[in-house]
Parts: sequence; structure tokens; C-alpha cells
Amino acid sequence: MNGPAPELLRVEDLSVEFGGRLRAVDGVGFTVKAGETLAVVGESGSGKSVTALSLMRLLPEGVGRYASGRVSFDGKDLLDLSPGEMEKLRGQDIAMIFQEPMTSLNPILTIGFQIMEPLRIHLGLTGAQARARAVELLGLVGISDAERRLDQYPHQFSGGMRQRVMIAIGLACDPKLIIADEPTTALDVTIQAQILELMKDLSRRLDIALILITHNLGIVARYADRVAVMYAARIVESGTAEAVFARPRHPYTMGLLRSVPRLDRARQTRLATIEGLPPDLANAPSGCRFAPRCPFAIASCAEPPHLSETDTGGLSACHRWEEIAAGTIREVPAEPAPARLLAADGPKEIMRLEKLSKTFEVGRGIGRKPGIVRAVEQVSLSVGEGETLGLVGESGCGKSTLGRLILGLEEPTSGTIAFEGKDITAAPPAERRRLRRDIQVIFQDPFSSLNPRMTVGSIVEEPLKVYGLRKGARARGERVRELLDQVGLRADMAERYPHQLSGGQRQRVGIARALAMEPRFIVCDEAVSALDVSIQGQIINLLERLQAELGLTFLFIAHDLAVVRHISTRVAVMYLGRVMEIADRDAIYAEPLHPYTKVLLDAAPVPDPEIEKTRAPRIVNGDLPSPLSPPPGCVFHTRCPIATEECRGIIPEPREIRPGHFAACIKVEAQP
Amino acid sequence: MTDTANLQPRRLNRPTFGALGRFAYQQPVGAASFVVIVVMLLAGILAPWVSPYDALAVDYGALLSPPSLDHLAGTDAFGRDVFSRIIHGARTAMIIGLSSAFLGCTGGAILGAASAFFGGRVDAAIQRFVDILLAFPLVVLALVVVAILGRNPVFGIDISLIFAIAIPIVPQVSRVIRAAALTVQAMPYIDAARTAGYSNSRIILRHMAPNLVTPYLIMLTAYIAQAILLEATLSFLGLGVAEPTPAWGLMLSGNAQDFFLTAPWLVIFPGIAISLAVIAFNLFGDALRDYLDPRLKQ
Repeated sequence: MNGPAPELLRVEDLSVEFGGRLRAVDGVGFTVKAGETLAVVGESGSGKSVTALSLMRLLPEGVGRYASGRVSFDGKDLLDLSPGEMEKLRGQDIAMIFQEPMTSLNPILTIGFQIMEPLRIHLGLTGAQARARAVELLGLVGISDAERRLDQYPHQFSGGMRQRVMIAIGLACDPKLIIADEPTTALDVTIQAQILELMKDLSRRLDIALILITHNLGIVARYADRVAVMYAARIVESGTAEAVFARPRHPYTMGLLRSVPRLDRARQTRLATIEGLPPDLANAPSGCRFAPRCPFAIASCAEPPHLSETDTGGLSACHRWEEIAAGTIREVPAEPAPARLLAADGPKEIMRLEKLSKTFEVGRGIGRKPGIVRAVEQVSLSVGEGETLGLVGESGCGKSTLGRLILGLEEPTSGTIAFEGKDITAAPPAERRRLRRDIQVIFQDPFSSLNPRMTVGSIVEEPLKVYGLRKGARARGERVRELLDQVGLRADMAERYPHQLSGGQRQRVGIARALAMEPRFIVCDEAVSALDVSIQGQIINLLERLQAELGLTFLFIAHDLAVVRHISTRVAVMYLGRVMEIADRDAIYAEPLHPYTKVLLDAAPVPDPEIEKTRAPRIVNGDLPSPLSPPPGCVFHTRCPIATEECRGIIPEPREIRPGHFAACIKVEAQP
Repeated sequence: MTDTANLQPRRLNRPTFGALGRFAYQQPVGAASFVVIVVMLLAGILAPWVSPYDALAVDYGALLSPPSLDHLAGTDAFGRDVFSRIIHGARTAMIIGLSSAFLGCTGGAILGAASAFFGGRVDAAIQRFVDILLAFPLVVLALVVVAILGRNPVFGIDISLIFAIAIPIVPQVSRVIRAAALTVQAMPYIDAARTAGYSNSRIILRHMAPNLVTPYLIMLTAYIAQAILLEATLSFLGLGVAEPTPAWGLMLSGNAQDFFLTAPWLVIFPGIAISLAVIAFNLFGDALRDYLDPRLKQ
């Protein structure tokens, strides 16, 4: 860039109140220069989305109130504009892109109409002019065959395509600023990379400033120029991406960076975690809001800290930033990882899947031929006792269905599931009931996996009662307390209802419920995906501790490659119902063999700007094919960078390329 | 242990009020309609003691007298006190309204829940039957039932009338409960119960049913209002409660139609009673829905 870019947006002391007492945004200030990308990071409830909405003056009428602040955009104070002037500004100078591409487009209007609408309203273009511009815009966001696709409806587009359309709408009137609120959170990792690359490219080419709101530190590292970290409605640290990631000057940022599992590093230690929960904003502590969770808190932290400039050129709201910079206070290193109870001569096999397939019929009706979805196709794998098999893949790849088959929630179409040598699917009902106890589950969504009408105590106690594991109410109460203690919950939580708990606490209850059965095998279906980074680390550590203490075996289903790397001993990668690659964790991350695995690993950003600069992300093109009509031959050939004509004809079987390292690709050469 | 969560107790609602107080605090309109409902219930129960006159007593000295201090809502063509008849009418409305709504909603809930739980052919059979019932308007279906069953009065209350009002409610409630049951069935906590190997009856009774209570209660309050209205309609058409039993719908029909220009109080006061009852139950149902919906809780 030549010379300092002019300042485009300046936010000063912005405060937003809800219901007159809850400050969702408290004294937030930042600036954005033209053409620059600012990332606002924070966990759920930190006020980052409310900040974005309040810049656009989109807070619900009568609910949110501006308590103080100035928002100057391009020389105008946005909070002083009349509603009419604000309407003109929105969509024309400032555009907004939301998280849910599935619901932010109107399903009954064509894509073309929705792109042309702002052109007609804001720029007064005629029909033909608007249409020409819409075609141009779709080309800009990488949608081919634009002329024809303008007349299609949103349901004819995939999630990633819809997000491209949203970006096209945002770009329609040449905005100076785009605010993107978690634009890729609902998308798969390969699609996420496509969308973010597109946004970054457009912002550079068209000189558009970007405010990127996200919880994903990897995205921040790859795409942001500057970062603002929010915690409990306030900005606690800001600065250039390099400075904030390499030399954080606030304990919260330091903790956040340390508690993210890393894709690019082998795991030696337990995850560092930030203890406790964010404060309730309705009665937040008067001093530093992070102090109750801060390892460095001292007496003066009861005074509210101010953002002050640090040695890195950024701002930090910590009384002790100088000591952090000088290195005189340091975090305690994380504990070593708990030893795993693995037998010396390799683990004993506990679970074996043999050519397992599951198909669903969809769209059955009178006089209609049902479609067949091949959710799981010819999957064979084995899990050793005491190990954690990570199962990764994008949405719709069949990983959750595989988990449900093992749990007995679905019946396989063909193939066998053997637990300790016994085929579960062929077992008589009484035997199956007994086996059920040995195989338990932890679900993704801690909000819906607990019965809202039952107390925590009765949820955990129920299996004890049903299976007669403890006789008498006293013995059961004793055991419930023991289980709650084991998952880090206080005994008095037993009387609470699920809605009175936080997400992390609910997930602990789900774990306690599974443990009550005294299982040996636990399917963790996206068990930490819905949790915030700091809470996610706590749950991962808990799972690892329990595994070491109780000798459990985990099937860990997840889409987050970094989390899987941290927790697994072996990893299986799935794509469209088939297993593409299985290997030991370090082998698969260090030397992936299958082109799909390589693409997945490339697409996932790493929370380190230095590394991100050296990586040239290989973008995989296209969308996931519909599982209703999977491509012939190798299912990945439509998106594969090295596919040839041959790949259309052959369905590759997993082959052992290296000892213990299987890949299903005809292009991979056998290695010694 | 480093992974012990910091478990600060969270305050969600002011616990000092109790459930009723909390309801009144969060839903003032609902609380007001609840008061109206309680007054009507009390009027129905205590009718013989609180009404100023005998509802059936004919007074030829005061035919069609306008509202006055003696007769708060005037008298009818037989000189019967309209206000007393409205109080007694509350008894009819409450007994028929409550019992038929309860009967219809419970029947519908069982049918809808069974339809969702068993699925497949059972579901298809029940739903086609429900489709047939839904093809008739509420009033027409009630008329058909009354015509078939005739009159079976027990203690002055016509059992056939209760069924005639309850049966048209069944298909509508069964649809709603079926949808709710399907949603509950798809929740992960039901999957969790299945993986735990619990029996079907345990899953249905312990895990599903409690989560269907809320939609059931909401339907119940809404259909009490409908039932009261339907009873009034049928009585007005001469198919419901028979003279001389005091009933609001009945008071609007017969000679009230001949005199409503000269003696408008004959239609105004029973009309107000019907409207008040229907509005009160509807508003109470709305308030109950908002109050019980955990997503709307602060």
C-alpha cells in the first residue's frame, strides 16, 4: 500500500444497553482504514455481533438502546442520521453478510431479483442495466453461467453458492465497508476457504474495508490485518494480527491462543485452558472482567483497566501488560498428557466394522420412485481398546450415520458391527440390551441432548435405576454425586434443570449420564463442536482424563481437524459415505496420502499469521456432490486435483500403502 | 483438578413470588383473564347462592323490564331475571365447555401421540381418519353428532352435547400433538434414552410425554373457549341445551330475537358473557404459551 490509508470508520466509546440494565457492548472503540480487514474475535456473548448490528443501526427497536458513543463513517456520525438517511447508507456504503446463508435469502424470490433490488433502489438503474450489472457481479463472486442462474431460486444453490450470492448482493452498490458476521461458520472447511479467499481477494481488488466477526482464530490469522479481541462486552486487546498472535499483551488473548488445539503441531501436553465461565453481563464485576479467571490477577485488578498502548503498538486492557511484555510473569506450562492405557503389543481390538453400508430412501410417495441416499458405503475399520479413533469429514459424509449405526440407533443395510468379537446386529434382543450399556454416546448439542423436564440428578440417576446398578435411593444418590464430581460438577447441581446450566456444564452432565452406565466404548458425536474455545479445551481435557482413568475407548466424530489431531490416536477421513484414508494420527497429519486429506488439511487455517503467510492455500473447487447421485468411480474425482479419466471407472479400495496407513486412491504409489 | 468448571449459581427468575406470582408478573394480561375465568367458575359453582333471583322463577309483574337496580340486566319475556340467568348460564357453559374440551383434547392428544410414536401404517390410518373429520366444519360435525346421538340428559346436562362438541376437537388437537411428538421424537435426548437401552414405555412416559404437556395445556385452554362458543351456537340453533335450563346461547335465541329492538338487554348481556368467556380463555391460553415457552423466558 502506498502511504497510510485514510480512516474510514471510527467507533468511540460505543455502549449498547438491553432492557435498561444489561450492557451488551460497553465502551467499545476501534478504527478501520479503507481497504483494511479488521477481525473482531470473541466467544459467544462477548458482544461482537451486537457491535456489528449497532454499527448498522439494526438493533431491534425498543430493545437495544445506545447508551453512549460516536460512530463516524466517512465523515458522518451514523448515530445522528435520520432513519431515511441510514437506509440509504445501508446496502450502499456499508453492506452486511450474515452467518446463515440458508435463511438470509428470500426463498420465493429469484436470485436475480434479490441482486438487482439494491441496484434499482439505491442506484436507480433500469431493469436492463441492473441485469447487466447482476451478471457482472455473479461473475465477480465466481458463479459461472450467471445469465441463466439469475432466474433460479435460492433452493437451487448450495450453501457456499448462497453465501457467494450474499456477497454479490453486498457488493452490488460498491460499498466502502462490508461487515461479515461469522460468514463461514455454517459452511464446511473446504467451502469456508473458498468464500474467505473470495472475500479477501475482492477486498484487495475493490479496496473495500472488511470487518470480519468470528470465533475462529485460524481465520483471523489467515485473513486479518488487525485484530480486536472482545471479552464480556469490552475490547481487551487490539493490534496488528502479527503482534496479537505472536506477542499477546492480555492474559485472555494468551489463554485463548493456548487453548486452541493446533493442526500444525503434534500434541505433547494437555490443552491449556481458561478456567471458569465468562461473567454474567447483568451483574458483571466492577473491575477487570477477566480477573476472576485470570491466572495473574492481583489486588489492583478490582479497578477497571483502561486500554493503553503497549510495546507492540497495540492496545491492552490489562494492568500488568508491562510485566507480561517483560516476561516477568508467565503462565504455568500445561501438564503433560495423561498416559494412555495401551497394551505394549498394540491394543486389543474392541470394535470391528466389516463392509458396513447404510442407505436411506427419501421422497417416497404414492406413484413416486424414492431416491436412495448412500449415507455409509462399504466401511470397514477396527478400533483398539483404550484408543481414540478420530472420524473426520465434511457435512453429509456419513460420519454421524456411522456413529448411529454403532449405537444401534439405525439398522445397517448390510455389513456387520462386531463388539468384542460378537456381532451386535445379529445378537438377540436381550444380548443387545446388555451390549447397549457398554456402548454410550455424547452428543454435539448440549442444549437438546438433555431432557428439559428432568433435573440433572434424575438424568444421571435414571440408568442406575433402570439397570439396577445401585440398590436403594441412598446408594444411587451417592453414585450420582460421585459421577458429578468425576465430571467436575458440584453435587448441588443435581437439583438444577438443564436450562439453568451453561453449555459447558450441560456437556458435562451428558458425559456423566454416559458414564453412569459404566460403558467401555463411547461415541463422541461432535462432542465439543458447539462449545466456545475456552470451554472446548476444558471438555477435551476432561474426556482425556476420563479415558486414562477408566480405560475408555472413544470414537471421536468431528469436523474440526485440529481438535481431532489433539485427541485421537488414529484418524479416519470420510467423504461421501466412504473411508478415504486411515492412519495413525501423526502419520496422517504429517504425511497425508489421499488427495482429499491433503485438501482438507490445506483448507483449514492455522492460528498463526507467520505460518499462514508462508502457506499458499490450495483451494479445492466445486461443491460436495449430492449424496443422492454420487459420482461414478472414485467419489472424489469431481473435485480431485489429480484425478484422471481412469478415476471415473474404478472404485478404489483402501490399500495399505505404508504399515498401518490405508488410503483409497489409485494414484497413491505403494511406499516401503 | 484443572478442568473443574467454575460453577457460579445463576439467578434466572425471582424465586420469591412462586409460580403464580411469577406468571402474574410476566403476563399481566394473562393474569387478568385468569381472574375473569376464576370469577366465572365461582359464579357457576355458587350460582344458587349468589344470584339475586331464582333463574327459573317467572314474574309476570315485570315482563321485559329494562335494567334497573332491582334487575341489573333487566328481565325477559317471562319476567325472569336476566342477570341471574347469566350467572346460572355460567354453570352450563363451564360444565359443558370444560368437560368437552378436556375430552376432545385428551382424545386428540392420545390419538396424535400414538400416530407419531407408531408411525408407518398406524400413522397413515389415523391420519386419513383425521383428514375425513377435518373435512367438516366444526359446527356441521357437531350438528351431525347431535342428530345421531339424540339427547341423553344426566343431572340436567346433555351427555350427547358434550360428545358433539368434543368429537370435532379431536382431529384438530391430534394434528398439533402429532407434530409436537414428532419434533420431540427427533431430539437427541430421545436418542440418548434409546442408546441407554430403555424400554419403549419408559421412553414414551418418562421422556416424551412430559415434553408434550405444554402444547396440550395450550390447546386445552384454547379449545375451552371454542367449546363454550360451540355450545352457545348449538343452543342458539336449538340443538344444545333445552329450555328452561339457563344457557347463554339459548338466551340469544327464541323470543329474544323478537324483542331485541325493544328490549336490547336480552341479547346484549348474554352476548357480553359469551364474549368475555371466550376472550378470557383465549388470552389466558396465549399467556400460558408465552409463559411456558422456555425460549421466551428472560
